Amino acid sequence: MSAPLLEVRDLKMHFPVKSGFFSRTKARNFAVDGVNLSINPGETLGLVGESGCGKSTLGRCISRLYQPTAGEILFKDINLAGISHRQLLPYRQNIQMIFQDPMESLNARHTVGEILEEPFLIHGIGNAQTRRQSVSKLLDTVGLPARSASRYPFEFSGGQRQRIGIARAIALKPELIICDEPVSALDVSIQSQILNLLMELQQEFNLAYLFIAHDLAVVKHISDRVAIMYLGKIVEQASSNEIYHRPSHPYTQSLISAIPIPDPHHTATRILLKGDVPSPISPPPGCAFHTRCPKASESCQRDVPILKTVTPEHIAACHFAEAP
Amino acid sequence: MIKPLLCVSGLTTEFQTDEGLVRAVDGVSFDLPPGGTLGIVGESGCGKSVTALSIMGLLPRPNGNIQSGSIDYRGEDLVAADNTRLQRIRGNEISMVFQEPMTALNPVHTIGRQLTEVVAIHTDQSPAEQIRTAVAMLQRVGIPAPELRMTEYPHQLSGGMRQRVVIAIALICEPLLLIADEPTTALDVTIQAQILDLISSLQKDFGMAMIMITHDLGVIAETCEQVVVMYAGQVVEQGSVFDIFDRPKHPYTQGLLRSIPKLTDIPKQPLDIIPGMVPSLHDLPVGCRFANRCQHRAAECDEAGLTVDAVTEGHSVRCLKWRQL
Repeated sequence: MSAPLLEVRDLKMHFPVKSGFFSRTKARNFAVDGVNLSINPGETLGLVGESGCGKSTLGRCISRLYQPTAGEILFKDINLAGISHRQLLPYRQNIQMIFQDPMESLNARHTVGEILEEPFLIHGIGNAQTRRQSVSKLLDTVGLPARSASRYPFEFSGGQRQRIGIARAIALKPELIICDEPVSALDVSIQSQILNLLMELQQEFNLAYLFIAHDLAVVKHISDRVAIMYLGKIVEQASSNEIYHRPSHPYTQSLISAIPIPDPHHTATRILLKGDVPSPISPPPGCAFHTRCPKASESCQRDVPILKTVTPEHIAACHFAEAP
Repeated sequence: MIKPLLCVSGLTTEFQTDEGLVRAVDGVSFDLPPGGTLGIVGESGCGKSVTALSIMGLLPRPNGNIQSGSIDYRGEDLVAADNTRLQRIRGNEISMVFQEPMTALNPVHTIGRQLTEVVAIHTDQSPAEQIRTAVAMLQRVGIPAPELRMTEYPHQLSGGMRQRVVIAIALICEPLLLIADEPTTALDVTIQAQILDLISSLQKDFGMAMIMITHDLGVIAETCEQVVVMYAGQVVEQGSVFDIFDRPKHPYTQGLLRSIPKLTDIPKQPLDIIPGMVPSLHDLPVGCRFANRCQHRAAECDEAGLTVDAVTEGHSVRCLKWRQL
């Protein structure tokens, strides 16, 4: 097996919660609390969880938009968590991001040509002429007409804007792209166009994706492996088929059972969870899921479950998880 | 034959915009029997929410206007009804639940005040009775410690709890018709499941009819009996939920069903797509509005005069070529 492109070890991101006159830190938000994961070259790792589970924070730590509190981010064996912004610059080319709302992540006052040229300028690549060629090549790659370069983001539809966001992300031929809910804001018929584009680009450029989304059907479709996150921790991880057919963590099981199936003949046997996700500022002791878990016992309130192997390549953090 | 509770026919709603007149809803017709559930599905800008606002008489004035058509509610045309009459019906007989509970609730009033206000307007209960009704309703929508919640403000609740409050406000007068406009889109999957469950159990208890507006075909399949598929302001297909999911006739419905990733799919296979995008409402073609994205397009599809064809009793489609597909 080849060496992983990215390896995250015991990553923690604790945000201080400040209040009062002197803005003293009153508490900490355990947004990401000890995450381990790895991504191989050309592979897609899906990251699924509900709002506030820390999936976006994790993505932003890996691209070093946030400085993590603790842990290692090994990209090709270099620990990105510990190096300065200046030292980081060469790696920024290699790790790019695609955001949910392309209208917010594209500068409205720049033409699409300027937006796509910027990565080359920042990294001092090429001259004016080669940059122009690169821009029109990028537009072609993501399926936009060449004349788009002289237009502004507002002139495009949501799906087209996401194509611009993708073009910017692949401009410098990165090896890893963090996709943070890239299709959630799009209409159904446009969503499949963008998913296909992402899969084509992966084939063509051997891209690795960390694909963050809340829609399990979408994530399952595009990912090789899927990790499920709950309150700052990964609770289960397996291949996308395995996680859907043999989910082992009660949270994953209820998540899958909650998805509305577009088939009127399907009768849902839902595992309804009680209540809401607890606050990451004061996560429950023991297993963080025990407050909503249908299987919770006394030990779950006390002992923190660790990720254990269910079958090879399938891990789950539950006291009751076992090989089927 | 049961008399329909709501009968929308030829509803056409227009908006005055900076770029001219836009027809957001164009000749929409459907019936809803008492206690029935109708789903309206379509992508953003297809006119599904404007249809709901037209029924509720909540179009933004003076820009939005019902240009023609009728909305027959228990023998009364709501298009012709004046504002006083509509106010008596709204919240009492016809209620609405919106997508974003934080914007539907008033942030500076307590939950209790927002609930009792509705009761005070539509019934002659005493203040003490109003509070009892409100507490009972909060309990019914599954809010723990309802007495305490009555004194709290919307920002103190989670998204799922807020949506429960919005549902409680909508149902407190036991309406005959509930219009739910993307009620679970802003919620997480596990919370969505709770809310959908709650809505359908309340619907059974109260025997009310419901119009469920959503872009999520999964939600439609789980909750609705009848389905209306809208595209660029028009109804392109309607029928029972089984007609739409098992025997879709319109190329748009077919494409939509094929293009969504399903949990049973083999991962990493290319998805079927509908190429291109929805035409602008400012610049609609005279013929079929889906023609530019349709793989079965023929010359006659671009001619004016496209009508709705009956496939079977209750199943109709707006397509020239449906027999050949």
